[in-house]
Amino acid sequence: MQIYLPIADLPVNIFLVLGMGLAVGFISGMFGIGGGFLMTPLLIFIGISPAVAVASVTSHIAASSFTGAITYWRKRAIDVALAMMLLSSGILGTATGVWLFTLLRELDQLDLVIGLSYVTLLTAVGALMINESVQAELRARKGQPATLRRPGSHNWIHGLPFKLRFKRSKIYVSAIPVWAIGFTIGFIGAILGIGGGFLLVPMLIYFLRVPTATVIGTSMVLTLVTMASATVMHAATNHLVDAVLALILIVGGVIGAQFGARTGQKMRGERLRLLLGLLVFAVGLRFAYELVVRPDELFSLRFVRSE
Amino acid sequence: MARRALIAAMLLMALGAAPASAERLVVSLSNHRVAVTSSFVGENLVLFGTIEPDRPQAALRSAYDLVVTVTGPRQTLRTRRKDRMLGIWVNVDSREFVRVPSYLGILSNRAVGEITNAETARRLQLGLNNFLLPQRIGPDTADTVRDDPFRVAFVDLQTQDNLYRESPTAVTFLTPTVFRVAIPIPSNAPTGSYSIDVQLFAGGVPVARTNSALEVIKAGFEQFVADAARDHGLLYGLFASLMALAIGWFGSVVFRRD
Repeated sequence: MQIYLPIADLPVNIFLVLGMGLAVGFISGMFGIGGGFLMTPLLIFIGISPAVAVASVTSHIAASSFTGAITYWRKRAIDVALAMMLLSSGILGTATGVWLFTLLRELDQLDLVIGLSYVTLLTAVGALMINESVQAELRARKGQPATLRRPGSHNWIHGLPFKLRFKRSKIYVSAIPVWAIGFTIGFIGAILGIGGGFLLVPMLIYFLRVPTATVIGTSMVLTLVTMASATVMHAATNHLVDAVLALILIVGGVIGAQFGARTGQKMRGERLRLLLGLLVFAVGLRFAYELVVRPDELFSLRFVRSE
Repeated sequence: MARRALIAAMLLMALGAAPASAERLVVSLSNHRVAVTSSFVGENLVLFGTIEPDRPQAALRSAYDLVVTVTGPRQTLRTRRKDRMLGIWVNVDSREFVRVPSYLGILSNRAVGEITNAETARRLQLGLNNFLLPQRIGPDTADTVRDDPFRVAFVDLQTQDNLYRESPTAVTFLTPTVFRVAIPIPSNAPTGSYSIDVQLFAGGVPVARTNSALEVIKAGFEQFVADAARDHGLLYGLFASLMALAIGWFGSVVFRRD
Protein backbone atom coordinates (compact mmCIF):
# COMPACT_ATOMS: atom_id res chain seq x y z
CA MET A 1 0.00 0.00 0.00
CA GLN A 2 1.53 3.25 -1.12
CA ILE A 3 1.37 6.30 1.06
CA TYR A 4 2.52 9.77 0.17
CA LEU A 5 4.96 11.41 2.55
CA PRO A 6 4.03 15.09 2.49
CA ILE A 7 7.38 16.60 3.49
CA ALA A 8 9.73 14.02 2.00
CA ASP A 9 7.58 14.53 -1.13
CA LEU A 10 7.80 10.87 -1.98
CA PRO A 11 5.41 7.92 -2.22
CA VAL A 12 6.56 4.95 -0.13
CA ASN A 13 5.16 1.59 0.78
CA ILE A 14 3.65 1.94 4.24
CA PHE A 15 4.61 -1.65 5.15
CA LEU A 16 8.22 -1.07 4.16
CA VAL A 17 8.48 1.92 6.50
CA LEU A 18 6.55 0.14 9.25
CA GLY A 19 8.85 -2.87 8.83
CA MET A 20 11.89 -0.63 9.13
CA GLY A 21 10.43 0.85 12.29
CA LEU A 22 9.87 -2.63 13.69
CA ALA A 23 13.33 -3.87 12.72
CA VAL A 24 15.15 -0.86 14.13
CA GLY A 25 12.89 -0.94 17.19
CA PHE A 26 13.74 -4.62 17.67
CA ILE A 27 17.48 -3.92 17.45
CA SER A 28 17.20 -0.91 19.74
CA GLY A 29 15.26 -2.91 22.31
CA MET A 30 17.75 -5.75 22.10
CA PHE A 31 20.79 -3.54 22.68
CA GLY A 32 19.15 -0.82 24.73
CA ILE A 33 19.98 1.92 22.25
CA GLY A 34 17.87 4.55 20.52
CA GLY A 35 18.51 3.26 17.03
CA GLY A 36 18.79 6.65 15.31
CA PHE A 37 22.16 5.78 13.81
CA LEU A 38 20.44 2.88 12.00
CA MET A 39 17.12 4.53 11.22
CA THR A 40 18.49 7.72 9.64
CA PRO A 41 20.81 5.79 7.26
CA LEU A 42 18.00 3.36 6.32
CA LEU A 43 15.72 6.25 5.40
CA ILE A 44 18.50 7.81 3.33
CA PHE A 45 19.08 4.49 1.58
CA ILE A 46 15.41 4.21 0.52
CA GLY A 47 15.61 7.61 -1.13
CA ILE A 48 14.46 10.10 1.49
CA SER A 49 16.66 13.18 1.46
CA PRO A 50 19.20 13.21 4.32
CA ALA A 51 17.81 16.50 5.63
CA VAL A 52 14.24 15.15 5.96
CA ALA A 53 15.52 11.83 7.33
CA VAL A 54 17.51 13.53 10.09
CA ALA A 55 14.72 15.93 11.05
CA SER A 56 12.04 13.23 11.13
CA VAL A 57 14.06 10.61 12.99
CA THR A 58 14.53 13.01 15.93
CA SER A 59 10.87 12.53 16.88
CA HIS A 60 11.19 8.76 16.48
CA ILE A 61 14.04 8.72 18.99
CA ALA A 62 12.18 11.05 21.32
CA ALA A 63 9.38 8.48 21.42
CA SER A 64 11.58 5.43 21.99
CA SER A 65 13.68 7.14 24.65
CA PHE A 66 10.51 8.30 26.40
CA THR A 67 9.29 4.70 26.62
CA GLY A 68 12.70 3.71 27.97
CA ALA A 69 12.90 6.62 30.39
CA ILE A 70 9.52 5.76 31.91
CA THR A 71 10.64 2.18 32.51
CA TYR A 72 13.87 3.35 34.17
CA TRP A 73 11.96 5.93 36.17
CA ARG A 74 9.78 3.18 37.64
CA LYS A 75 12.96 1.29 38.57
CA ARG A 76 14.28 4.51 40.15
CA ALA A 77 17.34 4.21 37.93
CA ILE A 78 17.57 7.84 36.83
CA ASP A 79 19.88 10.42 38.37
CA VAL A 80 17.64 13.47 38.01
CA ALA A 81 20.26 16.01 39.12
CA LEU A 82 22.82 14.70 36.65
CA ALA A 83 20.19 14.54 33.88
CA MET A 84 19.26 18.20 34.52
CA MET A 85 22.90 19.27 34.32
CA LEU A 86 23.39 17.33 31.10
CA LEU A 87 20.30 18.63 29.39
CA SER A 88 20.88 22.27 30.32
CA SER A 89 23.81 22.23 27.93
CA GLY A 90 22.23 19.53 25.75
CA ILE A 91 19.50 21.90 24.60
CA LEU A 92 22.12 24.52 23.80
CA GLY A 93 24.03 21.92 21.80
CA THR A 94 20.84 20.98 19.95
CA ALA A 95 20.18 24.61 19.04
CA THR A 96 23.75 24.99 17.78
CA GLY A 97 23.37 21.77 15.79
CA VAL A 98 20.14 22.93 14.15
CA TRP A 99 21.78 26.26 13.33
CA LEU A 100 24.74 24.55 11.67
CA PHE A 101 22.38 22.15 9.89
CA THR A 102 20.54 25.14 8.36
CA LEU A 103 23.80 26.80 7.39
CA LEU A 104 25.21 23.66 5.75
CA ARG A 105 21.96 23.19 3.82
CA GLU A 106 22.24 26.74 2.57
CA LEU A 107 25.78 25.98 1.38
CA ASP A 108 24.60 22.74 -0.33
CA GLN A 109 27.03 20.72 1.77
CA LEU A 110 24.66 19.17 4.32
CA ASP A 111 24.44 15.76 2.63
CA LEU A 112 28.21 15.57 2.41
CA VAL A 113 28.73 16.45 6.07
CA ILE A 114 26.08 13.93 7.15
CA GLY A 115 27.69 11.24 4.98
CA LEU A 116 31.24 11.93 6.16
CA SER A 117 30.19 12.11 9.80
CA TYR A 118 28.39 8.78 9.56
CA VAL A 119 31.38 7.12 7.89
CA THR A 120 33.75 8.35 10.58
CA LEU A 121 31.49 7.75 13.54
CA LEU A 122 30.08 4.38 12.56
CA THR A 123 33.26 2.73 11.28
CA ALA A 124 35.20 3.90 14.33
CA VAL A 125 32.57 2.86 16.88
CA GLY A 126 31.85 -0.36 14.98
CA ALA A 127 35.53 -1.32 14.85
CA LEU A 128 35.95 -0.63 18.56
CA MET A 129 32.95 -2.76 19.45
CA ILE A 130 34.05 -5.64 17.22
CA ASN A 131 37.54 -5.50 18.65
CA GLU A 132 36.34 -5.48 22.23
CA SER A 133 33.92 -8.36 21.85
CA VAL A 134 36.43 -10.47 19.88
CA GLN A 135 38.99 -9.92 22.67
CA ALA A 136 36.46 -10.97 25.25
CA GLU A 137 35.50 -14.03 23.23
CA LEU A 138 39.17 -15.05 22.96
CA ARG A 139 39.68 -14.61 26.68
CA ALA A 140 36.64 -16.76 27.34
CA ARG A 141 38.03 -19.49 25.02
CA LYS A 142 41.30 -19.52 26.96
CA GLY A 143 39.33 -20.01 30.11
CA GLN A 144 40.27 -16.68 31.60
CA PRO A 145 37.51 -14.90 33.51
CA ALA A 146 35.92 -12.10 31.47
CA THR A 147 37.24 -9.19 33.44
CA LEU A 148 35.92 -5.81 32.45
CA ARG A 149 38.65 -3.27 31.95
CA ARG A 150 38.46 -0.93 34.91
CA PRO A 151 39.16 2.69 34.14
CA GLY A 152 41.99 4.22 36.20
CA SER A 153 41.08 5.40 39.65
CA HIS A 154 41.53 9.09 38.82
CA ASN A 155 42.22 11.01 35.64
CA TRP A 156 42.64 14.67 34.66
CA ILE A 157 38.86 15.16 34.40
CA HIS A 158 38.57 14.72 38.12
CA GLY A 159 41.01 17.57 38.69
CA LEU A 160 38.69 20.14 37.06
CA PRO A 161 37.02 22.81 39.19
CA PHE A 162 33.29 23.49 39.89
CA LYS A 163 32.78 20.14 41.47
CA LEU A 164 29.29 18.89 42.16
CA ARG A 165 27.95 15.94 44.05
CA PHE A 166 25.38 13.69 42.37
CA LYS A 167 23.85 11.63 45.14
CA ARG A 168 21.93 9.04 43.16
CA SER A 169 25.00 8.12 41.09
CA LYS A 170 27.33 8.54 44.09
CA ILE A 171 29.83 10.60 42.09
CA TYR A 172 31.61 13.89 42.78
CA VAL A 173 32.65 15.50 39.49
CA SER A 174 33.28 18.88 37.90
CA ALA A 175 30.37 20.52 36.04
CA ILE A 176 32.62 21.22 33.03
CA PRO A 177 32.81 17.69 31.58
CA VAL A 178 29.10 17.19 32.34
CA TRP A 179 28.22 20.27 30.33
CA ALA A 180 30.66 19.38 27.58
CA ILE A 181 29.16 15.90 27.19
CA GLY A 182 25.60 17.25 27.17
CA PHE A 183 26.48 19.86 24.56
CA THR A 184 28.32 17.38 22.33
CA ILE A 185 25.46 14.88 22.34
CA GLY A 186 22.84 17.55 21.64
CA PHE A 187 24.95 18.99 18.84
CA ILE A 188 25.74 15.69 17.10
CA GLY A 189 22.18 14.47 17.55
CA ALA A 190 20.60 17.47 15.85
CA ILE A 191 22.90 17.27 12.81
CA LEU A 192 22.96 13.50 12.35
CA GLY A 193 19.52 12.44 13.56
CA ILE A 194 20.83 10.19 16.30
CA GLY A 195 20.01 10.10 19.98
CA GLY A 196 23.67 9.47 20.64
CA GLY A 197 23.10 6.86 23.35
CA PHE A 198 25.86 4.67 21.95
CA LEU A 199 28.31 7.55 22.46
CA LEU A 200 26.79 8.97 25.60
CA VAL A 201 26.76 5.81 27.71
CA PRO A 202 30.49 5.09 27.24
CA MET A 203 31.27 8.78 27.84
CA LEU A 204 29.35 8.81 31.10
CA ILE A 205 31.01 5.60 32.24
CA TYR A 206 34.58 6.42 31.25
CA PHE A 207 34.72 10.16 31.92
CA LEU A 208 32.31 10.64 34.80
CA ARG A 209 32.29 7.11 36.33
CA VAL A 210 28.51 7.04 36.39
CA PRO A 211 27.58 3.61 37.78
CA THR A 212 25.80 1.12 35.53
CA ALA A 213 22.71 1.33 37.73
CA THR A 214 21.88 4.89 36.62
CA VAL A 215 23.81 5.37 33.38
CA ILE A 216 21.23 4.15 30.85
CA GLY A 217 18.20 5.74 32.49
CA THR A 218 19.98 9.07 32.84
CA SER A 219 21.24 9.00 29.26
CA MET A 220 17.69 8.30 28.05
CA VAL A 221 16.43 11.44 29.77
CA LEU A 222 19.05 13.51 27.97
CA THR A 223 18.26 11.84 24.63
CA LEU A 224 14.55 12.38 25.18
CA VAL A 225 14.93 16.10 25.83
CA THR A 226 17.50 16.84 23.10
CA MET A 227 15.55 14.89 20.47
CA ALA A 228 12.15 16.36 21.38
CA SER A 229 13.62 19.86 21.23
CA ALA A 230 15.45 19.01 17.99
CA THR A 231 12.07 18.02 16.47
CA VAL A 232 10.57 21.37 17.44
CA MET A 233 13.61 23.35 16.25
CA HIS A 234 13.94 21.49 12.94
CA ALA A 235 10.22 21.99 12.29
CA ALA A 236 10.33 25.68 13.18
CA THR A 237 13.43 26.57 11.15
CA ASN A 238 13.85 24.14 8.27
CA HIS A 239 10.26 22.79 7.97
CA LEU A 240 11.67 19.34 7.30
CA VAL A 241 9.97 17.13 9.89
CA ASP A 242 7.71 14.64 8.13
CA ALA A 243 5.04 13.84 10.72
CA VAL A 244 3.47 11.07 8.63
CA LEU A 245 6.83 9.33 8.25
CA ALA A 246 7.60 9.87 11.93
CA LEU A 247 4.23 8.44 12.99
CA ILE A 248 4.76 5.19 11.08
CA LEU A 249 8.32 4.83 12.35
CA ILE A 250 7.33 5.50 15.94
CA VAL A 251 4.50 2.96 15.92
CA GLY A 252 6.82 0.34 14.41
CA GLY A 253 9.65 1.28 16.74
CA VAL A 254 7.68 1.13 19.97
CA ILE A 255 6.29 -2.33 19.14
CA GLY A 256 9.62 -3.67 17.82
CA ALA A 257 11.51 -2.50 20.89
CA GLN A 258 9.38 -4.68 23.20
CA PHE A 259 10.16 -7.86 21.30
CA GLY A 260 13.81 -6.85 20.95
CA ALA A 261 14.16 -6.39 24.69
CA ARG A 262 12.83 -9.92 25.33
CA THR A 263 15.17 -11.47 22.78
CA GLY A 264 18.12 -9.49 24.10
CA GLN A 265 17.70 -10.92 27.58
CA LYS A 266 18.16 -14.44 26.24
CA MET A 267 21.43 -13.74 24.41
CA ARG A 268 24.95 -13.51 25.73
CA GLY A 269 26.28 -10.00 26.16
CA GLU A 270 29.51 -10.46 24.18
CA ARG A 271 27.74 -12.06 21.21
CA LEU A 272 25.25 -9.22 21.25
CA ARG A 273 28.01 -6.64 21.25
CA LEU A 274 29.80 -8.31 18.35
CA LEU A 275 26.57 -8.36 16.32
CA LEU A 276 25.88 -4.72 17.01
CA GLY A 277 29.48 -3.81 16.18
CA LEU A 278 29.27 -5.60 12.84
CA LEU A 279 25.99 -3.87 12.05
CA VAL A 280 27.33 -0.43 12.93
CA PHE A 281 30.48 -1.04 10.89
CA ALA A 282 28.50 -2.23 7.86
CA VAL A 283 26.30 0.87 7.87
CA GLY A 284 29.45 3.01 8.03
CA LEU A 285 30.92 1.19 5.02
CA ARG A 286 27.72 1.68 3.09
CA PHE A 287 28.01 5.45 3.61
CA ALA A 288 31.62 5.35 2.47
CA TYR A 289 30.54 3.51 -0.69
CA GLU A 290 27.93 6.19 -1.47
CA LEU A 291 30.55 8.89 -1.17
CA VAL A 292 33.23 7.18 -3.24
CA VAL A 293 31.23 5.72 -6.13
CA ARG A 294 30.40 8.04 -8.99
CA PRO A 295 26.72 9.02 -8.66
CA ASP A 296 24.36 8.31 -11.60
CA GLU A 297 23.33 11.92 -11.73
CA LEU A 298 25.92 14.58 -11.04
CA PHE A 299 23.38 17.38 -11.00
CA SER A 300 20.66 17.85 -8.44
CA LEU A 301 18.01 20.47 -7.73
CA ARG A 302 17.18 22.16 -4.48
CA PHE A 303 14.06 24.22 -3.97
CA VAL A 304 14.99 27.67 -2.69
CA ARG A 305 11.67 29.52 -2.50
CA SER A 306 8.44 30.11 -4.35
CA GLU A 307 7.98 33.53 -5.87
CA MET B 1 -6.86 70.87 -42.06
CA ALA B 2 -3.69 69.64 -43.67
CA ARG B 3 -2.83 67.69 -40.55
CA ARG B 4 -6.23 66.02 -40.38
CA ALA B 5 -5.97 65.05 -44.02
CA LEU B 6 -2.54 63.55 -43.38
CA ILE B 7 -3.84 61.43 -40.50
CA ALA B 8 -6.77 60.27 -42.63
CA ALA B 9 -4.35 59.31 -45.40
CA MET B 10 -2.16 57.42 -42.99
CA LEU B 11 -5.17 55.57 -41.57
CA LEU B 12 -6.22 54.59 -45.07
CA MET B 13 -2.73 53.40 -45.85
CA ALA B 14 -2.61 51.42 -42.64
CA LEU B 15 -5.91 49.76 -43.41
CA GLY B 16 -4.82 49.01 -46.92
CA ALA B 17 -1.60 47.48 -45.70
CA ALA B 18 -3.40 45.16 -43.29
CA PRO B 19 -3.60 41.53 -44.48
CA ALA B 20 -6.74 40.52 -46.29
CA SER B 21 -7.44 37.90 -43.68
CA ALA B 22 -7.18 38.22 -39.92
CA GLU B 23 -7.96 35.60 -37.33
CA ARG B 24 -9.27 35.44 -33.86
CA LEU B 25 -8.85 32.54 -31.42
CA VAL B 26 -11.66 31.31 -29.23
CA VAL B 27 -10.60 28.78 -26.60
CA SER B 28 -12.28 26.96 -23.76
CA LEU B 29 -10.76 24.74 -21.10
CA SER B 30 -12.41 21.51 -19.96
CA ASN B 31 -11.74 22.34 -16.34
CA HIS B 32 -10.23 25.46 -14.82
CA ARG B 33 -9.42 23.84 -11.52
CA VAL B 34 -7.50 20.65 -10.85
CA ALA B 35 -7.73 19.20 -7.34
CA VAL B 36 -4.71 17.07 -6.51
CA THR B 37 -5.47 14.54 -3.81
CA SER B 38 -3.22 11.82 -2.40
CA SER B 39 -4.56 9.32 -4.94
CA PHE B 40 -4.02 11.73 -7.85
CA VAL B 41 -1.81 10.13 -10.50
CA GLY B 42 -1.89 12.96 -13.00
CA GLU B 43 -4.52 14.17 -15.40
CA ASN B 44 -4.87 15.55 -18.89
CA LEU B 45 -6.83 18.77 -19.14
CA VAL B 46 -8.31 19.51 -22.53
CA LEU B 47 -8.37 22.90 -24.16
CA PHE B 48 -10.68 23.24 -27.15
CA GLY B 49 -10.50 26.13 -29.55
CA THR B 50 -11.53 27.42 -32.92
CA ILE B 51 -9.96 29.83 -35.35
CA GLU B 52 -12.47 32.42 -36.47
CA PRO B 53 -12.29 35.23 -38.99
CA ASP B 54 -11.72 38.58 -37.37
CA ARG B 55 -14.35 40.31 -39.53
CA PRO B 56 -17.43 38.65 -40.97
CA GLN B 57 -16.19 38.67 -44.57
CA ALA B 58 -12.52 37.95 -43.89
CA ALA B 59 -11.19 34.80 -45.45
CA LEU B 60 -9.36 32.12 -43.49
CA ARG B 61 -6.15 30.55 -44.64
CA SER B 62 -5.80 26.89 -45.26
CA ALA B 63 -3.00 25.76 -42.95
CA TYR B 64 -2.42 26.85 -39.38
CA ASP B 65 0.01 25.87 -36.65
CA LEU B 66 -0.52 26.25 -32.96
CA VAL B 67 1.91 26.56 -30.06
CA VAL B 68 0.56 26.49 -26.50
CA THR B 69 2.86 27.44 -23.61
CA VAL B 70 1.63 26.51 -20.14
CA THR B 71 3.61 27.97 -17.22
CA GLY B 72 3.13 27.11 -13.56
CA PRO B 73 3.80 29.33 -10.54
CA ARG B 74 7.29 30.80 -10.44
CA GLN B 75 9.99 29.35 -8.17
CA THR B 76 13.64 29.85 -7.48
CA LEU B 77 15.62 26.62 -7.64
CA ARG B 78 19.27 25.82 -7.27
CA THR B 79 21.04 23.37 -9.56
CA ARG B 80 24.11 21.79 -7.99
CA ARG B 81 26.89 19.90 -9.64
CA LYS B 82 28.98 17.18 -8.02
CA ASP B 83 32.60 16.52 -8.79
CA ARG B 84 35.27 14.29 -7.37
CA MET B 85 37.36 15.91 -4.66
CA LEU B 86 39.93 13.95 -2.68
CA GLY B 87 38.27 10.74 -3.81
CA ILE B 88 34.71 11.59 -2.80
CA TRP B 89 31.82 13.15 -4.70
CA VAL B 90 31.03 16.63 -3.47
CA ASN B 91 28.76 19.45 -4.61
CA VAL B 92 31.36 21.81 -6.00
CA ASP B 93 29.34 24.29 -7.99
CA SER B 94 25.79 25.58 -8.17
CA ARG B 95 23.59 28.01 -10.08
CA GLU B 96 20.39 29.60 -8.92
CA PHE B 97 17.56 29.71 -11.44
CA VAL B 98 15.53 32.74 -10.47
CA ARG B 99 11.78 33.00 -10.88
CA VAL B 100 11.51 30.15 -13.34
CA PRO B 101 8.23 28.30 -13.95
CA SER B 102 7.68 25.34 -11.65
CA TYR B 103 5.82 23.75 -14.55
CA LEU B 104 6.50 24.39 -18.22
CA GLY B 105 4.66 22.70 -21.05
CA ILE B 106 5.35 23.63 -24.66
CA LEU B 107 2.61 21.95 -26.66
CA SER B 108 2.26 22.16 -30.42
CA ASN B 109 0.87 20.32 -33.43
CA ARG B 110 4.35 19.75 -34.86
CA ALA B 111 7.92 20.56 -33.84
CA VAL B 112 8.42 24.23 -33.10
CA GLY B 113 11.39 24.28 -35.49
CA GLU B 114 9.08 23.32 -38.36
CA ILE B 115 6.41 25.87 -37.46
CA THR B 116 8.47 29.01 -37.60
CA ASN B 117 12.02 30.18 -38.08
CA ALA B 118 14.61 30.23 -35.32
CA GLU B 119 14.50 33.99 -34.93
CA THR B 120 10.74 34.13 -34.33
CA ALA B 121 10.87 31.10 -32.03
CA ARG B 122 13.54 32.82 -29.95
CA ARG B 123 11.67 36.13 -29.84
CA LEU B 124 8.43 34.46 -28.74
CA GLN B 125 10.26 32.02 -26.37
CA LEU B 126 8.83 28.98 -28.11
CA GLY B 127 10.24 25.65 -26.96
CA LEU B 128 12.33 24.59 -23.98
CA ASN B 129 15.45 25.80 -25.74
CA ASN B 130 14.07 29.28 -26.24
CA PHE B 131 12.20 29.79 -23.01
CA LEU B 132 13.96 32.30 -20.76
CA LEU B 133 15.40 30.60 -17.69
CA PRO B 134 17.30 33.36 -15.91
CA GLN B 135 20.23 32.41 -13.69
CA ARG B 136 21.69 34.55 -10.98
CA ILE B 137 25.05 35.76 -12.18
CA GLY B 138 26.64 37.98 -9.55
CA PRO B 139 24.15 40.69 -8.63
CA ASP B 140 22.38 40.33 -11.99
CA THR B 141 20.18 37.69 -13.56
CA ALA B 142 20.38 36.59 -17.16
CA ASP B 143 19.72 33.55 -19.27
CA THR B 144 22.78 31.77 -20.60
CA VAL B 145 23.59 30.08 -23.86
CA ARG B 146 21.34 27.10 -24.67
CA ASP B 147 24.04 24.48 -24.17
CA ASP B 148 25.21 25.78 -20.81
CA PRO B 149 25.68 22.58 -18.74
CA PHE B 150 23.66 23.93 -15.80
CA ARG B 151 20.78 24.96 -18.04
CA VAL B 152 20.81 21.58 -19.81
CA ALA B 153 20.93 19.72 -16.47
CA PHE B 154 18.17 21.90 -15.03
CA VAL B 155 15.84 21.24 -17.98
CA ASP B 156 16.73 17.52 -17.91
CA LEU B 157 15.99 17.15 -14.21
CA GLN B 158 12.70 19.02 -14.53
CA THR B 159 11.80 16.88 -17.56
CA GLN B 160 12.58 13.69 -15.62
CA ASP B 161 10.19 14.91 -12.94
CA ASN B 162 7.50 15.42 -15.64
CA LEU B 163 7.41 19.11 -14.79
CA TYR B 164 8.94 20.39 -18.01
CA ARG B 165 7.96 18.98 -21.38
CA GLU B 166 7.95 19.83 -25.02
CA SER B 167 5.34 17.85 -26.94
CA PRO B 168 4.93 18.29 -30.70
CA THR B 169 1.84 16.05 -30.73
CA ALA B 170 -0.25 17.52 -27.92
CA VAL B 171 -2.19 19.77 -30.29
CA THR B 172 -4.59 18.07 -32.69
CA PHE B 173 -6.50 19.84 -35.45
CA LEU B 174 -9.95 18.24 -35.61
CA THR B 175 -10.85 20.32 -38.67
CA PRO B 176 -8.59 22.92 -40.28
CA THR B 177 -9.98 25.50 -37.85
CA VAL B 178 -10.96 23.50 -34.75
CA PHE B 179 -8.26 22.23 -32.43
CA ARG B 180 -7.85 20.28 -29.25
CA VAL B 181 -4.90 20.60 -26.83
CA ALA B 182 -4.08 18.00 -24.18
CA ILE B 183 -2.43 19.67 -21.17
CA PRO B 184 -0.80 17.05 -18.93
CA ILE B 185 -0.87 17.86 -15.21
CA PRO B 186 1.48 15.48 -13.36
CA SER B 187 0.83 14.33 -9.80
CA ASN B 188 3.71 16.45 -8.50
CA ALA B 189 2.40 19.66 -10.13
CA PRO B 190 2.90 22.53 -7.69
CA THR B 191 -0.19 24.34 -6.48
CA GLY B 192 -1.03 27.76 -7.80
CA SER B 193 -2.25 29.42 -10.94
CA TYR B 194 -1.00 28.32 -14.34
CA SER B 195 -1.16 30.58 -17.36
CA ILE B 196 -1.88 29.23 -20.81
CA ASP B 197 -0.59 31.18 -23.76
CA VAL B 198 -2.01 30.14 -27.14
CA GLN B 199 -0.25 31.37 -30.28
CA LEU B 200 -1.47 30.81 -33.82
CA PHE B 201 0.89 30.70 -36.79
CA ALA B 202 0.18 30.76 -40.50
CA GLY B 203 3.03 30.22 -42.92
CA GLY B 204 5.56 30.66 -40.12
CA VAL B 205 4.17 34.04 -39.07
CA PRO B 206 2.34 34.64 -35.76
CA VAL B 207 -1.18 35.78 -36.61
CA ALA B 208 -3.22 35.59 -33.44
CA ARG B 209 -2.76 35.07 -29.75
CA THR B 210 -4.95 34.50 -26.73
CA ASN B 211 -4.58 33.21 -23.21
CA SER B 212 -6.36 31.35 -20.51
CA ALA B 213 -5.55 30.11 -17.03
CA LEU B 214 -6.03 27.15 -14.76
CA GLU B 215 -5.51 26.54 -11.11
CA VAL B 216 -4.01 23.54 -9.35
CA ILE B 217 -5.16 23.09 -5.79
CA LYS B 218 -4.18 20.31 -3.48
CA ALA B 219 -6.62 18.67 -1.14
CA GLY B 220 -6.51 15.92 1.43
CA PHE B 221 -4.63 15.05 4.57
CA GLU B 222 -1.12 15.07 3.09
CA GLN B 223 -1.59 18.60 1.81
CA PHE B 224 -2.90 19.69 5.18
CA VAL B 225 0.27 18.33 6.80
CA ALA B 226 2.52 19.98 4.21
CA ASP B 227 0.77 23.34 4.64
CA ALA B 228 0.95 23.12 8.42
CA ALA B 229 4.67 22.31 8.30
CA ARG B 230 5.35 25.26 6.04
CA ASP B 231 3.08 27.89 7.56
CA HIS B 232 3.09 27.01 11.25
CA GLY B 233 6.50 25.39 11.77
CA LEU B 234 6.70 25.88 15.53
CA LEU B 235 3.20 24.59 16.28
CA TYR B 236 3.73 21.72 13.88
CA GLY B 237 6.99 20.83 15.61
CA LEU B 238 5.36 20.94 19.04
CA PHE B 239 2.58 18.74 17.76
CA ALA B 240 5.02 16.22 16.21
CA SER B 241 7.00 16.17 19.43
CA LEU B 242 3.90 15.64 21.59
CA MET B 243 2.70 12.92 19.23
CA ALA B 244 6.04 11.13 19.69
CA LEU B 245 5.84 11.43 23.47
CA ALA B 246 2.22 10.28 23.56
CA ILE B 247 2.99 7.13 21.57
CA GLY B 248 6.12 6.54 23.62
CA TRP B 249 4.09 6.79 26.82
CA PHE B 250 1.35 4.59 25.35
CA GLY B 251 3.98 1.97 24.48
CA SER B 252 5.29 1.91 28.04
CA VAL B 253 1.76 1.46 29.41
CA VAL B 254 0.68 -1.23 26.96
CA PHE B 255 3.85 -3.27 27.29
CA ARG B 256 4.36 -2.76 31.00
CA ARG B 257 5.75 -5.96 32.41
CA ASP B 258 5.75 -5.36 36.13
